Amino acid sequence: MSESLLDVRLSVNGVLHELRLPARRLLSDALRHDLCLTGTHVGCEHGVCGACTVLADGRPVRACLMFAVSAVGLELTTVEGLADDDGTLSNVQQAFVECHGLQCGFCTPGFLTTITAGLRENPQPTHEEARDMIAGNLCRCTGYQNIVKAVERAAELGAQQEVEGS
Amino acid sequence: MTTKLMGTGVQRVEDQRLLRGHGRYADDVAVDASTLHCAVLRSPHAHARIVDIDVADVLDVDGVHAVWTYDDLTGPMAEPLPLLIPHPALTHGRTQYALAKDEVNYVGEAIAFVVADDRYVAEDAVGRIRVSYDLLPPVVGIEAARAADRLVHDDVPGNVGARMEQSTGDVEAALAASPRRLTLDLDVERSACMPLEGRGTVARWDPDIDRLQVWSSTQTATGVRAVVAVKLGLDLRQVDVITPDVGGGFGVKINHPWPEELLVPLAARTLGRTVKFTEDRREHFISSAHERGQVQHIEVGFDDDGRLLALDVMFWHDHGAYSPYGLIVPIITSTQLLGPYKPEVYRVVFESLYTNTVMVTPYRGAGRPQGCYAMERAMDAIAAELGKDRTEVRAANFIQPDEFPFEQGLVFQDGRELTYDSGDYPASLEKIKALIGWDDFPAYRAEMAAQGRRVGIGLACYVEGTGVGPYEGAHVHVETSGKVKVATGLTTQGQGHATVFAQLVADELGCRFEDVEVVTGDTRRMPYAVGTFASRAAVMSGSAIHLAARKAKQKALKIAAEALEASPDDLQIVDGVVSVKGSPGSAIDLGTVAVLSNPLRYAFDEASKAATQFTVGDASKPPVAEDEEPGLEGTDFYSPERSTFASGMHAVIVETDPLTAEITVLKYAVVHDCGKLINPTIVEGQIHGGVAQGVGGALYERMVYDESGQLLNASFMDFLMPYVTEVPDGIDIDHLETPSPLNPLGIKGAGEAGVIPSAAVFASAIEDAEGLTSTGLAITAMPISPSDLFHLRLAHAEETS
Amino acid sequence: MKPAPFDYVRPGSLDDALAALSGDPGAKVLAGGQSLVPLLSMRLAAPSTLVDINGLPGLDSVEVTDDGVRVGALARHADVLAHDEAARVQPLLRLALSHVAHATIRNRGTTVGSIVHADAAAEMPVVLRLLGGSVDVAGPGGARTVPADELYVGPLESSLAHDEIATSAFFPALAPGARVAFAEIARRHGDYALVGAAALVDGDTVRVGFVSVNDVPTVVDLTGVATEDLGDAALAQLDPTDDIHATAAYRAQLVRVLTARVVREATTDE
Repeated sequence: MSESLLDVRLSVNGVLHELRLPARRLLSDALRHDLCLTGTHVGCEHGVCGACTVLADGRPVRACLMFAVSAVGLELTTVEGLADDDGTLSNVQQAFVECHGLQCGFCTPGFLTTITAGLRENPQPTHEEARDMIAGNLCRCTGYQNIVKAVERAAELGAQQEVEGS
Repeated sequence: MTTKLMGTGVQRVEDQRLLRGHGRYADDVAVDASTLHCAVLRSPHAHARIVDIDVADVLDVDGVHAVWTYDDLTGPMAEPLPLLIPHPALTHGRTQYALAKDEVNYVGEAIAFVVADDRYVAEDAVGRIRVSYDLLPPVVGIEAARAADRLVHDDVPGNVGARMEQSTGDVEAALAASPRRLTLDLDVERSACMPLEGRGTVARWDPDIDRLQVWSSTQTATGVRAVVAVKLGLDLRQVDVITPDVGGGFGVKINHPWPEELLVPLAARTLGRTVKFTEDRREHFISSAHERGQVQHIEVGFDDDGRLLALDVMFWHDHGAYSPYGLIVPIITSTQLLGPYKPEVYRVVFESLYTNTVMVTPYRGAGRPQGCYAMERAMDAIAAELGKDRTEVRAANFIQPDEFPFEQGLVFQDGRELTYDSGDYPASLEKIKALIGWDDFPAYRAEMAAQGRRVGIGLACYVEGTGVGPYEGAHVHVETSGKVKVATGLTTQGQGHATVFAQLVADELGCRFEDVEVVTGDTRRMPYAVGTFASRAAVMSGSAIHLAARKAKQKALKIAAEALEASPDDLQIVDGVVSVKGSPGSAIDLGTVAVLSNPLRYAFDEASKAATQFTVGDASKPPVAEDEEPGLEGTDFYSPERSTFASGMHAVIVETDPLTAEITVLKYAVVHDCGKLINPTIVEGQIHGGVAQGVGGALYERMVYDESGQLLNASFMDFLMPYVTEVPDGIDIDHLETPSPLNPLGIKGAGEAGVIPSAAVFASAIEDAEGLTSTGLAITAMPISPSDLFHLRLAHAEETS
Repeated sequence: MKPAPFDYVRPGSLDDALAALSGDPGAKVLAGGQSLVPLLSMRLAAPSTLVDINGLPGLDSVEVTDDGVRVGALARHADVLAHDEAARVQPLLRLALSHVAHATIRNRGTTVGSIVHADAAAEMPVVLRLLGGSVDVAGPGGARTVPADELYVGPLESSLAHDEIATSAFFPALAPGARVAFAEIARRHGDYALVGAAALVDGDTVRVGFVSVNDVPTVVDLTGVATEDLGDAALAQLDPTDDIHATAAYRAQLVRVLTARVVREATTDE
């Protein structure tokens, strides 16, 4: 007996995708295996590690804790959607390069999406706020030291652009 | 003039791809609806005989392509998995089958393998397999293994897989002659590497070329290649193993082959489809490897200055259900326990014991954290006994800088003499004391006490044998575009090899850093390699790459010398251009040299046109000289006589809450000596990560088994890996650079160091904060949680009342 | 770790949602899913149908009046936490919500979902009980209001029938002069608490609710208890147990420490 499929419309990084998926397809799997957006990583599938974090209407959510079918109507942003259209890295991505904020890179997409949203809400975090911003994501490589620096550096880059833009 | 890149914190070249979501990890390979996916039925029991496996319910599940049990395996696949590292002392080595035959020995052992259209369907199918078991009594924990009233393997008496002894003299006599003696009994619990990416393997059989392509999230591509070939009955030339991006390893991915690493290629070949296995987190907890668990008994004899006159150590190592990786972990504990010290007589005996739990293979540090813990606890105990400063007792026992090379009189994990090549431990101690503020601490403690706050300070020292053999190799190839393609066979799990190796090539060859592209862990590019473990990548592949780049350079100079009509000695290569020193007009770029190096008959583009036979060479000589080969490239191997020994010291200041027993890190300092640094930013990143894992191991992480052998905390909810909120806010690092005389760059390994002294340093600091003065030591078991500390206080209060 | 198959409906009206539930005894409501989805992925639960209520209109509001805060079934923890008016009328909401998991989970998880999930290790069920709040429930027989004291009947078990849907939770406003405090200790920041305590002090009345101590959300009346006896008085009505993270004795110690801490915070001006 074959599992029944549902029509699912997912809007990801500004592109609308029409899919036929089983109801149980996790959003993380739909992004990775159906849309080939493999930048979103799956580290635990129980919502603790944060590697699969994507933005839904701008807010970070765990893609492994949602079904693709219930993500209809949400504007999703994955790590592939963070750089500018011309390929320029976003401030957060650039800050990770400058601060050596990643090693194996597996948890990184979840940090990038989380920090992107965090800095939109709080563009100039204190040191404590910078730490708190990433407090729900696990990294096994970096000891977080340089990720915290990257949050602060990204805020600095943002502030410089504010000045230049004003 | 370019400056040397060695020693500079060059930004990583890997990051661009990874930050854009364009990394390619095992599960990202062959993302295609036609790829088949696997799931594994795993034993729910720690110890049982398999009576019957009924797969009838699975066969009619839509989308299932194969269901295999042991009975479906033939030939070498039906034999036990290899015992990778045999050792004479491992008298009772045991390994599992790819799929369990007759008996299971831990919760999580693979029993049946399903291949289906997707992982969801594969899991559905696994749920429909019926297995009947005869339950056997499980052996859980070192105590139960030692008691041996139950056996893991019927034919392993006493559950003892190995017993090994090494000594440097008559320790009993030395103990008896020591003016002072102490005895310690210590415990270290299990933890695990826990990379954010679990294991993963993808395989594709190409019938047109009779060849298998395997992608595996491994720390050894060549190892996987060899074992896949053996087990599938293929020639080595029929198997390619490609290591994609690897989402962390920390040791667990050096063990091979995992059952799925063989079953996936077999399925790909059998079914003629691309097949993928991606381990999920629960599987990683119960079917990949753990480490650390040991019980230790230590007797020390010393004099009034704290000098070690006799050190007698017996420890019991929990090997889990099988021993595929041999005795590497306990051998390292037993030898690296000595750290920077030189006891007059040392004896160590260990027993490696089987238990009905997940097997034990190296986790970052690989037995060193346990050894360091034993030694440093002993140092603390001696200091307490003598009422001396803990640093003073350590200093009294240091090997001195003028004593290198220093023979410890033992045999190391690589079967070679344990000989330290270089180091400066007194200098490290001065640095760490300054960095943590050791001498000012009493004043700080008093200041905090006045506010009702409890603080403590601790330190711990270690020596780490890094860069073990047998060898690594490298291939450096300058293309006609001037791009430099470099391959080395060991793999990368986030260490930034593509960056640091490019630094070495740019420095040695004289090309531009941006022109270098490094590939690791691809057997098509470098079929001779060992793997990434034992902090060996920089030492081994770094040295090999340096040597291969030198060969390519020599060749470039020779060809350029002819073209420029100069002596090779008068040439220099800067930014990819060979020129005559002092005469910059006389120059040729490396791409052109590459063209000249490979005389052609056919032209395809401007570069090759420049290399055709009517253009190049002296018509009176063979186009390729007798002692030459075409192409501007160099291949070389590095194979050291023995390991090189890095060292370091950590210190920490902690605060303990008098009411809640919560433990907070106030300051963490590291002095690290890994010889010459290639890229300090990357080395510091390695230290940061090691320290965080160490904090996890000391204060949070342990594998909790119940008496029936069920792992109770097999999730990230309950296995407490630190978030940012649990790690020190800032880690102060100072480097000492004592070059190794054993390799051309003077480097030592750095990957594991950060995690080695953690249990020791936290035990020391927490004990200091608590002021608990039991006989011997107050803290004898790690990790320590607030709940544990609370009970320790209660026990101590009872003892003293 | 993939869920077993299930049927899925996403009703557009409450009536349709109720109909879907009542037609299938194996059906389950999906709101934020932050507790449910892991259970499904680990195949610890396998409902025949998921009734996704995220498409129901009008349930995502946070309404604040002088009487209190009404939180709709689809209001996310983050919405309630960020709601300044809600925090003014009932400060305990913000104090407790900041301890609920991590920010990313709060973005999707719903406060009402957490309340009816009835986990004694969660903060919001205890908060609702302590404040004497209630849950509005829709069912085949119409709507009813369940007082918090009648909501929790056993471990992870609420008094809601299978075919009922909680549409909102009501948290009464803090009475003039009354004060609240919240504290918890977890192994890691963002983990379930080893012990959490919420205090409500109103005149002479002192009540403290406990997270992760008993197997149901529990509130203890400590009115008239001397300061130094608060913890032991609370423990007389509690039953802390061992688990892999802490012993019962250690939990009892945390009960003593946190009880004293929250009551002090809610009674003294600092």
